[in-house]
Amino acid sequence: MSDLLKSYRFREEREAEWHKLDQIINRAESRGVNALSDEDMIALPRLYRQAVSSLSLARSISLDQNVISYLETLCTKAYLFVYGTRSNLLEKLGDFFTHGWPNAVRAAWKPTLLSAGCLFGGALLAFILCMIDMEWFWTFNSSIVGDRTPDATTAYLESTLYTDQTDAEGMLSAFSAQLFSNNSGVALLAFALGFMFGVPTAILVAYNGLLLGAFYALFWSRGLGYELTGWLLIHGVTELFAIVLAGAAGFMIGGGVAFPGQKSRMESAQAAGRSAATIAIGAVVMLFFAALLEGFGRQLINSDVVRYMIAGGTLILWMGYFYLPRARGGHE
Amino acid sequence: MTQTGAIPPSTKEDRHERRRRLAIQKRLTEFDRKLVTPEGAELTLKLGSAGQRAGAFLLDWLLIILLFVIILYGINEITKGLGQTGGEIAGALAMLLIFLLRNFYFIVFELGRRAATPGKRVMGLRVASRNGGQLTANAILARNFVREVEVFLPLGFLLQSAVSGGGVNGWISLSGLIWSGIFLFMPVLNKDKLRLGDLIAGTWVIHTPKTKLLRDIAKSSQQAAAGNGNFVFSAEQLDAYGIHELHILENLLRKSTPEVKASVAERIRTKIGWDRLPDETDGDFLRAYYAGLRKNLEQKLLLGKRKADKFDKR
Repeated sequence: MSDLLKSYRFREEREAEWHKLDQIINRAESRGVNALSDEDMIALPRLYRQAVSSLSLARSISLDQNVISYLETLCTKAYLFVYGTRSNLLEKLGDFFTHGWPNAVRAAWKPTLLSAGCLFGGALLAFILCMIDMEWFWTFNSSIVGDRTPDATTAYLESTLYTDQTDAEGMLSAFSAQLFSNNSGVALLAFALGFMFGVPTAILVAYNGLLLGAFYALFWSRGLGYELTGWLLIHGVTELFAIVLAGAAGFMIGGGVAFPGQKSRMESAQAAGRSAATIAIGAVVMLFFAALLEGFGRQLINSDVVRYMIAGGTLILWMGYFYLPRARGGHE
Repeated sequence: MTQTGAIPPSTKEDRHERRRRLAIQKRLTEFDRKLVTPEGAELTLKLGSAGQRAGAFLLDWLLIILLFVIILYGINEITKGLGQTGGEIAGALAMLLIFLLRNFYFIVFELGRRAATPGKRVMGLRVASRNGGQLTANAILARNFVREVEVFLPLGFLLQSAVSGGGVNGWISLSGLIWSGIFLFMPVLNKDKLRLGDLIAGTWVIHTPKTKLLRDIAKSSQQAAAGNGNFVFSAEQLDAYGIHELHILENLLRKSTPEVKASVAERIRTKIGWDRLPDETDGDFLRAYYAGLRKNLEQKLLLGKRKADKFDKR
């Protein structure tokens, strides 16, 4: 009994290096890669490979459960670190705005057109139906628009388009109301529901179009079409564009599930899901800008012409940012 | 773990006990998934269980709500003096806060170095890519956006059914609730514990508990044995048990109370026919037997014989 176990000698020879790897990984996880010294960086791959081979060996010679589960955890942590992402949040953000987002949007022009078709098709349908018979308005907007209904007077409707006193409170509450109106929720829902072959996404986007169309028809029938367009588009260009893009992201996933091609259905959905996610977070960012424009821009600016100019300006900015062949900067 | 070629036990009770043990082992390894690293080594990943994940999710939401209340209180304290305007500013800031927390809490933490939200860290969980490759930012975005369908959609239907009362609207929101509830319970319904977001993003959630390298029991017992040199087991005595029993003995020596140790030591003494030495303690005996058994079994292992348990006659 005087001679030590082989598996113990095995452990004794390597233990120090395991501990060293453990320390390096822990330091990197809590304080970032920059906290590692040059020696640590050089030692890391060697220590990692050693730990992995220790694990294979330990499995075949050692019956000490604790050693094996320790090595198992250590190797998993080291593996995830060595082969994991290395860039920090700021780099990721920068890459998102300069390449990731516009590239993803540009590549998804087909689903974008489909989604735009759903939104504006729904709007057109509701507009025509409401122009024929205003009773349809109640079908589409059962509860949502508050007091701006066919029962209201034209003068009242017109007064809602302009703001008499502009004060900080009004702007702030309009801004927060816009954020709270949950557009970002709708956008993300359009994305997330895409996996059911895109059908719920289409319904959701078209339904938003119906609401828009009915609303538009109401003002149009009172001769307020020109004024409403300015009121709507100053932030609506950004907002509707965002909804269209979120719908497009949903359709991409739906397409991935429905038409997997060479890949398995799951792989195809994953591939589509990842690039669609970029578009969807972009849509949330756009909705944030739309809320700013609605809260501050629309309250401050009561001139139709200036509203149209801003609407046109945002349209040019977004289109240029997304679709111009790699023009640097753009928005942001 | 490997029972290949093991000779089945003879008596009915033994067979029954073995079946029970195999069932337990199967349940313990249910969450294990193999991953082959580029070096060709096989790692065993443990998936987070549905309970752990639900716990992490609840913790995260508690934290979000707590953060929200604290910040809201802070905003209120600061803007209290400003009257009406102050209220408006506070309201707008609160909305902004909800917007940010709701959309970015999970994403920012999972993009971090530990690929886990605070709740997940408490539960020892982290997000990893299912194919073993890099965990990309897009995957994290995708898996978190789908939460909209999994959590907020059922929640919406729930609120709606609470408000709408009976009638047709009640039926509509009830069927909506059931339909969307299916997504919420998806992690329980598939074997990889994937939620819908994991499915679309190609991720899964693994359990990486903190494990410490403890002292080797065999070493300390050998030192003790060298001291009095009295524990000498015969080959038959060391062949009485297999790897399964060795592991149980290891857990026992690391964690158990003296009473349990005493009763186990007594059972082993009876089984191997060991005559108690004059000044032997239960702990010393168990440690010495552990060292002897492990040495014996590891030698067999080197020769390619894996004696799985006491029923395995090799």
